[in-house]
Amino acid sequence: MAYESIKTELNGLFENAGDSFGMLVLELAAENLLPLVTRLKEEFGFALFLDVTAVDYPERQPRFEVVYHFYAVKHNKRLRLRTRVPEADPTVATLTRLYGSANFMEREVHEMYGIKFAGNKDLRPILLYEGFVGHPLRKDYPIDREQPLVEYRTSG
Amino acid sequence: MAMMDFLTTRKDELVGWVRKFSLFPYPFVTACCGMEFMSVSSTLYDTDRFGAALPRFTPRQSDLLMVVGTITHKEAPVIKKVYDQMCEPKWVLAFGACATSGGFYRNYAVLQGVDKNIPVDIYVPGCPPRPEMVIDAIMKLQDRIAGDRHPIFPFEKQDEVKL
Repeated sequence: MAYESIKTELNGLFENAGDSFGMLVLELAAENLLPLVTRLKEEFGFALFLDVTAVDYPERQPRFEVVYHFYAVKHNKRLRLRTRVPEADPTVATLTRLYGSANFMEREVHEMYGIKFAGNKDLRPILLYEGFVGHPLRKDYPIDREQPLVEYRTSG
Repeated sequence: MAMMDFLTTRKDELVGWVRKFSLFPYPFVTACCGMEFMSVSSTLYDTDRFGAALPRFTPRQSDLLMVVGTITHKEAPVIKKVYDQMCEPKWVLAFGACATSGGFYRNYAVLQGVDKNIPVDIYVPGCPPRPEMVIDAIMKLQDRIAGDRHPIFPFEKQDEVKL
């Protein structure tokens, strides 16, 4: 399997194809994510879900970029997907039906960036605690804002 | 009566001398400083020489809380509870830059020094601190314990503070 065949066969599902240090990078609209990933997994062997994360570009419209990485074990090939979501409705489809391991990573992206994963029923925080307000990895979260669980000492 | 059959001392001096050589540390190890803690408590540097080497893995049996490593806000209730479970008299040693001041972490997650939540007796900065620094800190703490007042009933101390 070569990257070229992905590009020709999946043409239409993505907007842009690029290259990053020899790895194929596809930019796509958020609504094409699930069909594209389904075909990547079933037809091109991308069986290993490596990562999902987000990038906050406060000056851009739409503001957030959700980035996925996949790995095809039998071809030793990696793939990156990039999709944009707006601040008003930062929603992408969940991939937990295809990859069980996506659950924890989607939960982390949800608590850190506030990205919603439609269809993921279990978006409880992993690293943050109950009662934490806001999304700490967004660029507009103040760097020194603390939300302590134990009241600070005043003396003694 | 032969010489050295009895000796005289002040009660506080005697108790302080006993207490300073029987520090039972509770290592609250959360981060990479733990490696340095292992080094300082094992053979080469050996805090046993100072009577402070027998770690008790329950706070109820220990009197020196060693906060070794980064404390996050999520973890703060845990360390507060551990501190509250320790019996008087108790001392706290902040081991490393993170426990002292938050270190190089200045963000949403990290408590900016464990002294925001519990009183700290001695700080050991460094990332991680050298074992010599930790030993120095233990010796300084021992000096303080030796020179301290040791009321038989804890409320004596509290009355003093009130006045």
